[in-house]
Amino acid sequence: MAIGSSTHLGAAQADADDPLPAGDAPARRPRLRLPRSPKVAIGLGMLIVFGILAVIGQWIAPYNPARTFSTTASFPQPPSLAHLLGTTQQQQDVLSQLLAGGRSTLLVAFVAGLVATVGSVVVGVTAGYVGGLSDDLLSMLANFFLVMPALPLLIVIFGFLPASQGGDDLLIGLIIAVTGWAWGARVLRAQTLSLRRRDYVESARIIGERGWRIIGFEILPNLIPIVASSFLFTVLYGVGTYTALAFLGLVNPNHLSWGGMLFYAQVAGAEQSGYWWLFIPPGLAVALLGTSLALLNFGIDEFINPRLRAAGLSRRRARRAGVTGAARLPRRFVLGVTPVVDAGSPRNGNPR
Amino acid sequence: MYVISRRIGFYILTAIAAVTVDFFIPRVMPGNPVSAVLAKMQGAVITKQTLAALEAQFGSNTREGLWGQYLHYWSNLLHGNLGISTSNGMVPVTTVIRGALPWTLGLVGTATVLSFILGTLLGVLVAWKRGGWLDALLPATTFFQAAPYFFLAFLAIDLFAIKLGWFPAGSARNTLDFPAFDWTYISDVLDHAILPALTIVVASAAGWIVSMRNVMITTMDEDYVLIAQAKGLPKSRVIFYAARNAILPSISGFSLAIGFVVSGALLTEIVFSYPGLGFILLDAVQEADYALLQGIFLVITLAVLVANLAADFVYVFLDPRTRQEA
Repeated sequence: MAIGSSTHLGAAQADADDPLPAGDAPARRPRLRLPRSPKVAIGLGMLIVFGILAVIGQWIAPYNPARTFSTTASFPQPPSLAHLLGTTQQQQDVLSQLLAGGRSTLLVAFVAGLVATVGSVVVGVTAGYVGGLSDDLLSMLANFFLVMPALPLLIVIFGFLPASQGGDDLLIGLIIAVTGWAWGARVLRAQTLSLRRRDYVESARIIGERGWRIIGFEILPNLIPIVASSFLFTVLYGVGTYTALAFLGLVNPNHLSWGGMLFYAQVAGAEQSGYWWLFIPPGLAVALLGTSLALLNFGIDEFINPRLRAAGLSRRRARRAGVTGAARLPRRFVLGVTPVVDAGSPRNGNPR
Repeated sequence: MYVISRRIGFYILTAIAAVTVDFFIPRVMPGNPVSAVLAKMQGAVITKQTLAALEAQFGSNTREGLWGQYLHYWSNLLHGNLGISTSNGMVPVTTVIRGALPWTLGLVGTATVLSFILGTLLGVLVAWKRGGWLDALLPATTFFQAAPYFFLAFLAIDLFAIKLGWFPAGSARNTLDFPAFDWTYISDVLDHAILPALTIVVASAAGWIVSMRNVMITTMDEDYVLIAQAKGLPKSRVIFYAARNAILPSISGFSLAIGFVVSGALLTEIVFSYPGLGFILLDAVQEADYALLQGIFLVITLAVLVANLAADFVYVFLDPRTRQEA
């Protein structure tokens, strides 16, 4: 049965790959891998750099980020050799704050992404697989969280949170996750619904496999790209939301983060007074981190739906390559609205 | 109609749930909101009535049961009573919100519609020219989407308001009092609105571009598009037919997007000192004005629900398949 399913999907993959000009890779085995597009490479590279900086940033920072360098100067000092990115209103080193502030931002975002993804898998797959009343109730719950504007809700929650607990990264990530799981749950539910009716799942059920086994070994592996995409999406959401909350001063302002730096920039009136070194470094860091996550997500999107790949799909390029008409464009594999997913093949040929 | 009535039912349930959440948050969270408010109000004269009102609002030091408080809360709400705003000289919360709401509605509404139209058109174009130079637009828009709205607002003020001096750097109009509703006033308001609106459009258009492009690419492989091309219809007609079908998921994805846009717009308002809901929200946070905080949350949630309902109406109107009984 496993062989049957993998050949079916393998055929789909081969056919979808067919019009790609990449003839340089002979006998590519369908494996869980991302398309080798510059988008993915850049996104992954940037994300790795951010990850490393989050770990070592505190140690390679030139100064203690909380150290006050002058008690006489009352304005932020522009960048100089001693302070490559200048100083804040409190005369602290901006570069050190930038390097040290990444850890909290990434930690909160990843905690939020992890918790929300686990939640969305549990809710989405359960709703899609079990169906019936529990599907209705769980979908309703997800839709409720989906239409609820998240940031105002978070602001109310954080507004009532005592200041002593406003600087706990894990708690913040957890609260953000509560508002961020619904989108993934909805997508996963839809995909589970469609997978549930596939032949190989039906046959597994007829063989008498238990429900948890079907979910764990037949359905979940085929959901991996969607789970990964929803994880990245939630991390991206976590970065933005945490930055926004810190920017509003809802997170303990002594807790160093990029959003907190923007909060102090706003307090110092940076945008009105031209203190660009106060808001450009942390804002750019957040934007680049978000861009890297979004680029990776593009890669996964193109992996799930090969038609989104730009290469080989350009009509003009196809015409230039001497392909007449649109016959070689991947038009034949239209599996309804369901994207072609070929995950579970690492266990290809593994006897069950 | 069945579909519409079911959606309305869902939104009513969601609204009730939102009110319930709003009611429970101050009661569930640790800490004592009343003492926090009192700590912030040092120097102000606190009468017995004020104290009683605050305690009733947050459910502390009261003999009434939780259910009774909940019913009380609903009855207050239905009478348009959202409590008193402690940071604005004890005026009702509804008065404060009523002063700020038009600014937010005007700014966010215009910017959302603009970014939807612009983003959808660009998405169609990018999909049609797939593989061309327009694909380079995607990473660029991704950057603007990933950047926090308020960071873009910082940049916009620094560049266009301070360095170039093209637009005012903040607030919504020059004069404080309401002059005659004439052209000077309108142009003044527009002048102040352009920069924040532009920020919201630039930040939110990327989402529409990407979703429209992705659906459009899938739609362009449909048989009817091929037939339209084979018949030799003009290109614009073919694009129109494909785009008309591809736009549906964008509209049904509205519910996900509008929350983001509203949240981002609130933050944009704060940077621009634009006197809308976002601006008084920041005030409420800083002054521990919990009643105002809760009131703003309710108003925003209800507004988003109404916007969603409108999007659903449009969807049912555009897609005849939804009108059939399932």
